[in-house]
Amino acid sequence: MSKTIMTVDDSASIRQMVAFSLKQAGYNVIEAVDGADALNQLATKSIDMLVTDLNMPNVNGVELIRQVRKMAAYRFIPIIMLTTESQETKKSEGKAAGATAWVIKPFRPEQLVAIANKVLRK
Amino acid sequence: MDKFTQAFKEEAHELLQELEGSLLELESNQNDINIIDKVFRAIHSVKGSAGMFGFTQISDFTHEIETVLDLARNGEIEVSNTLIDLVLQARDLILAMLDPESVSEGIDERVTSQIIQQLKEMHPEDEKDLNEDPTVVIPEPVPVEPAPKTEVTSAKSVFWIRFKPETDIFHSGTNPLNLLTELSMLGKSEIISHLDNVPDINTYNTDACYFWWDILLITSEDINAIKDIFMFVEDRCELKIEKLSINEEMTNNFNFKAFTSIFSKESEFGPLDLLAFLEEAHEDTLEDILLTESEGDHGVQLLQDIKSRLIKSTPALSSIRVPAKKLDKMVDLVGELIVAQAHLSQMASRNDNLELSTISETFDRLCGDLRDYTMSLRMLPIGTTFEKFKRVVRDLSNELSKSVQLKLYGTETELDKNMIEKLNDPLVHIIRNSMDHGIELPEARERAGKKSTGIIQLAARQAGANIVIEISDDGAGLDAEAIRRKAIGNGLLKPETELSENEIFQLIFTPGFSTARNVTNVSGRGVGMDVVKRNIEELKGSIDIASQKGQGTTITINLPLTLAIIEGLLVRIAEDFFVLPLAVVSECVELRQKNGNHNRSRNLVNVRGKLVPYICLRDFFDIRGEQPALSQIVLIENENSQIGIVVDEVIGEYQTVIKSLGKVYNHIHGLSGATILGDGNVALILDLPSIVHRAEMEESLLVEELMAST
Repeated sequence: MSKTIMTVDDSASIRQMVAFSLKQAGYNVIEAVDGADALNQLATKSIDMLVTDLNMPNVNGVELIRQVRKMAAYRFIPIIMLTTESQETKKSEGKAAGATAWVIKPFRPEQLVAIANKVLRK
Repeated sequence: MDKFTQAFKEEAHELLQELEGSLLELESNQNDINIIDKVFRAIHSVKGSAGMFGFTQISDFTHEIETVLDLARNGEIEVSNTLIDLVLQARDLILAMLDPESVSEGIDERVTSQIIQQLKEMHPEDEKDLNEDPTVVIPEPVPVEPAPKTEVTSAKSVFWIRFKPETDIFHSGTNPLNLLTELSMLGKSEIISHLDNVPDINTYNTDACYFWWDILLITSEDINAIKDIFMFVEDRCELKIEKLSINEEMTNNFNFKAFTSIFSKESEFGPLDLLAFLEEAHEDTLEDILLTESEGDHGVQLLQDIKSRLIKSTPALSSIRVPAKKLDKMVDLVGELIVAQAHLSQMASRNDNLELSTISETFDRLCGDLRDYTMSLRMLPIGTTFEKFKRVVRDLSNELSKSVQLKLYGTETELDKNMIEKLNDPLVHIIRNSMDHGIELPEARERAGKKSTGIIQLAARQAGANIVIEISDDGAGLDAEAIRRKAIGNGLLKPETELSENEIFQLIFTPGFSTARNVTNVSGRGVGMDVVKRNIEELKGSIDIASQKGQGTTITINLPLTLAIIEGLLVRIAEDFFVLPLAVVSECVELRQKNGNHNRSRNLVNVRGKLVPYICLRDFFDIRGEQPALSQIVLIENENSQIGIVVDEVIGEYQTVIKSLGKVYNHIHGLSGATILGDGNVALILDLPSIVHRAEMEESLLVEELMAST
């Protein structure tokens, strides 16, 4: 059964590009426009991995990660955060909140696909 | 990657628009941490996305801006007018970098480095050098898969190729089979031939090629190797090559048989569906998938199931982007639909068939709703355009050393998208004029007893079937004498001619006219107001000037709500049909011809105790024939007063598409278009404001004549 990845980013163009690459690689993808939207959708959908931007309006990435880790089903799922180089403090915050790994923007979508493959297809 | 680049560009435009707004806000609230944060986040987003889509120039440039803004939001440097100015300039540059083709000279490196230099001067400390590679960093070890299969040395990919040669491809000496052989030599392949186009043997043309193929190919070559094979037949066939990005494991265990079932029946589907199917098939047992041709339907069914599941899993977003062209096409179609529905409605009313009438009414209602919704799709609030002018006013204030405040009213008033775009230039020009010639320098204002800050007001509102936009300033007003003198000087006017003040103001709209003593680069070159008037008239609107010397000027633009479809009242005079916009009609009243004669255009009628002036259209348009003894007056609202329009007969409501009168008749006053009735007749659509205006002018001329003769 194919795995489901949720991608969260307030930039529609980045989000769509990521979704496209992941779908091409055979994953189901759920898109969310910010942390609040993501949490909303997580109430009724189940995912196997979360990829999230950090800088978003409504609930931001760090807060989202924190909330997701509180959910029993998602205590251990892989969470990848997308961050720009200048966000040193945000990165450590994210790590503290429970992110598994991070990818620095700009990145090639293939890198995300590679990670997904590595962690989801053991 | 192209469609995403387009999406990014649109996104970036929006972000930069917001950024401008926030920066202007910041100017008046320099310590508001929320606004500083907003500005920072906008730049941050632009930087982040730009890098993803290859706009490295933008990404590098914005990095510098982001650094300074970060310091600002941490309170380490002060927000100043200089800073805001710099960021505004930078923002303009970024906008230009997004569309390098639209800029006549390339983005000058010197300009960008100059801005960067000035930005750097704002923070004396050195930047931290973040030298991280854009790689993945995984803090805790994640179990990695053991090294994969042995025979795979280079990465293999799966391609799906659909090759449909045209029927007379043999005539060019091409043997498609050779191409297929070449393809199969690139790797492991499965070729499925389609024979559905092969005709009966009696009609079979041996010169023609009726076959087409689907090929699945696993190869370590890239897509270009495949394209090369078809190089010489590219324009003689339909060719689709899609690379399926699936992982190694699946590639090596590729289940060709699974696809036979889909390809046995022709269907239009994309690689996404194929992939999903592949996933599915991978799990199923081979027996389930091994199908003969006759059971091809099962495969297609499976595909449909997957497709519908895929559709359900995509997230619902609350709004979608639609290319404007698609909307325009849709409006066109709805327009045609409404014309057809009107014919149907006419026919139904002529026929005594009850069923037909009922259906026609339903149709009427549905078309009405459809029309309303479609038109509303294209309506945008004018506020988006108005907001842009804040920047214009700000920049000009600095340039002219004048203090001006822009006030906006009615920003939620909606206008058709096309109109908003076409209004932009005229409005900018009017505002520039206002700032340049209208608003005085602060000292002059104070001497005149005014506040040193001038005010320009932009107000939009809906009035009946029109949108009214007023641009007013509290500046020096128009100098009628100066205009008059200039017109005489330009030979536009004879010195003896007497003109009312309003008519003198109208002279401003003549091409080549300008009273500015100094032609600034802002306005005064005399190519402005006549173009403005023309632009407004192209939108079937009208423009008026009112002014008080020393107090200010108000320019009023009147525009029809929508250019395309009108809800009208169909009336008849003699053999001719006319349509009035229903939105302004309040009621219809009978008029009995008394023994007066009607050689004046304006008369009065008593409606429930109120005297309402009316215009006899028959006279106005010089339609021959006698006024019938009993005619109808249609009472309309025009600029807050009621006016009657006399017609022979009011036929009824009529909703229709407005067609332009074309170049030959477009300039005629009183008509804003035409439409074709169900029986093929042409009905002219009345431009009521213009008719009333004209009638009023005639009336006042008449009064003057009368006064002169006494």
